[in-house]
Amino acid sequence: MAYTLNHLKTLEAESIFILREVAAQFQNAAILFSGGKDSIIVTYLAKKAFYPAPIPFPLVHIDTGHNFQETLDYRDELVKTLGVKLIVGSVQESIDNGRVAEERGVNASRIRLQTTTLLDTIEQYKFDACMGGARRDEEKARAKERFFSHRDEFGQWDPKNQRPELWNLFNGRKSMGEHFRVFPISNWTELDVWQYLAEEKIPLPSLYYTHKRRVFNRDGTWLAESPVIPMKPNEVIEEHIVRFRTIGDITSTGATFSEASTIEDIIQEVATARTTERGGRADDKRSETSMEDRKKEGYF
Amino acid sequence: MSNQSTEILRFTTAGSVDDGKSTLIGRLLYDSKSIFEDQYDNIKATSERRGEQYVNLALLTDGLRAEREQGITIDVAYRYFSTPKRKFIIADTPGHIQYTRNMVTGASTANLALILIDARQGVVEQTRRHSLIASLLGIPHVAVCINKMDLVDYSQEVYDKIISDYKTFASKLKIKDFHFIPLTALHGDNVVHRSDKMNWYEGVTLMYLLENLHIANDQNHVDARFPVQYVIRPYNDAFHDYRGYAGRMSSGVLRKGDKVSVLPSGFSTTVKSIELDGKEMEEAFAPMSVTVLLEDDIDISRGDMITRPNNQPEQGQDIEAMICWMADRPLQLNGKYALKHTTKDVRCVVKEVKYKFDISNLSRITDNPEIKMNDIGRISLRTTAPLFYDSYTKNRETGSFILIDEGTNVTVGAGMII
Repeated sequence: MAYTLNHLKTLEAESIFILREVAAQFQNAAILFSGGKDSIIVTYLAKKAFYPAPIPFPLVHIDTGHNFQETLDYRDELVKTLGVKLIVGSVQESIDNGRVAEERGVNASRIRLQTTTLLDTIEQYKFDACMGGARRDEEKARAKERFFSHRDEFGQWDPKNQRPELWNLFNGRKSMGEHFRVFPISNWTELDVWQYLAEEKIPLPSLYYTHKRRVFNRDGTWLAESPVIPMKPNEVIEEHIVRFRTIGDITSTGATFSEASTIEDIIQEVATARTTERGGRADDKRSETSMEDRKKEGYF
Repeated sequence: MSNQSTEILRFTTAGSVDDGKSTLIGRLLYDSKSIFEDQYDNIKATSERRGEQYVNLALLTDGLRAEREQGITIDVAYRYFSTPKRKFIIADTPGHIQYTRNMVTGASTANLALILIDARQGVVEQTRRHSLIASLLGIPHVAVCINKMDLVDYSQEVYDKIISDYKTFASKLKIKDFHFIPLTALHGDNVVHRSDKMNWYEGVTLMYLLENLHIANDQNHVDARFPVQYVIRPYNDAFHDYRGYAGRMSSGVLRKGDKVSVLPSGFSTTVKSIELDGKEMEEAFAPMSVTVLLEDDIDISRGDMITRPNNQPEQGQDIEAMICWMADRPLQLNGKYALKHTTKDVRCVVKEVKYKFDISNLSRITDNPEIKMNDIGRISLRTTAPLFYDSYTKNRETGSFILIDEGTNVTVGAGMII
């Protein structure tokens, strides 16, 4: 008799185990929702894990104010469909309150500012665990991340002094004021995510599919034309057939030329891709260890 | 189109400093075309900047700033690649003695341990340490890779001598399934492609082994154990009386209609249904996450265990175990710790330290052994409430536990029940 699970079912079982473990071990957990495919999967897995009870966590969106409109529309629709609570932490408010100062210059971005808004939101709502859709295959600092990642009272990550994580035993104990970041889909790859989205017929923001868009090239990255990105004099707008492999802040998310109009097309494209999905992310290109540096401060 | 029904093989790698472990992983990724162009360009530029002769594939796995600076692996790094046959999860762990705890972490969920030996050095203390850990942690398969064969002129005599030394020492271990492969990670001989320089070697390449190793029997499908993780109670009109027990099968199989007995109460009842996301299924087996509904309304909460009446785990408060210590402060005799086992949280006191291993020769130190960071030893514990357990050799899920320091909340020990 063959009791075997295929890789998607194995990954799903592991992620659901983590989500239920969070509900059992923490008092006040939340899902950090970016509008990207990874946090969408975490949300759908949470629905599965607790059905027929509602998802026992609110969705928290840290809003840079520099969003694609498609992302916001999708978010509001999802919240309605799943009957889950939405909490928005606004970077614009953090700027207006003087908590952070806007970066200047053509490459100005609110990526780094999000960390302050995120930590303030966690403190305001007293969240003791925040789940995210980060995957270990995305980036080299994330490859070292635990499922249950401890954060001190300043929200900082100490990569050289992480708790060992053995078997399926997850230690969520902490002192007052500390919290955890939990990554239920740590072991999924980009291809796993797409295969699962296809198998489960999960709807996605239209940005992931091919469309015509006005874009311009900056240092090899194709950025969308937007009033929030000041252009340099030599940069010119061109119209191209593009889609986005990741969705983040509009100022740092690069488009790829693609005619993939269905999930099957995308799986085909991802399976044969020769660059990583974060290859189009300007925020990762700031230095060799920019993700590690941001994560230590408390970034997603 | 990629294959939708591939199995996952998890493997761990360890070796001593400079025996080419990260290079081997880099080679597996590179030759299986799992490295992306931007990643490759990035490490190529870094290698050139450092004035290195070859593109340093080790930079693919050494991700943290400190690791890149020192050229060593400090923490467990997880890597992923897949071939049309399988999806692989690599726990790449540091080989240095001070990081034994990370090796144990990587080993705890692995199907296979990949042990590297530098052909010029032969079997060294690190080889013994890693093999002992693979044995204690119950890793079902071991692939011993004799690396840097180019530096010993691809000599069969050197290879045979290392294998013979290894077998002599490994006869004391409990590993069931060994494989030996001569290779060069730097040039790729016998990693993905067969080497034309070692025609005397008639075995398979490392990649062939990884793709074809039989792992279906690694999971225990005999003893039904379902630790209750969370109770689902919707409290709404549509599902007013719904009471679902959420959890993950640790081992064995549960079917709809099965007679079950619930620990610790000992009450018997029948499985009414097994479901997930509102969809019913006939049976659940490890490692599935499901929700179980029972015919009778009995009081069940997190930490309880659903089992079969005729196949019960051990129950008790006196636990004999091997422990791997992971904290700066040594294990305290008569010390109290929090203990996590399946979905159950209890406290325990250390009653006795019987011995610890001298890793260099696998002998037991029984004279006043103090279990310090990275030591492995045998202890007796008394818990505040009964555990429902199996021996670790029989069941990795119900035979393992962690100890947590109640002052710092840090995981300090990894235990395997005897």
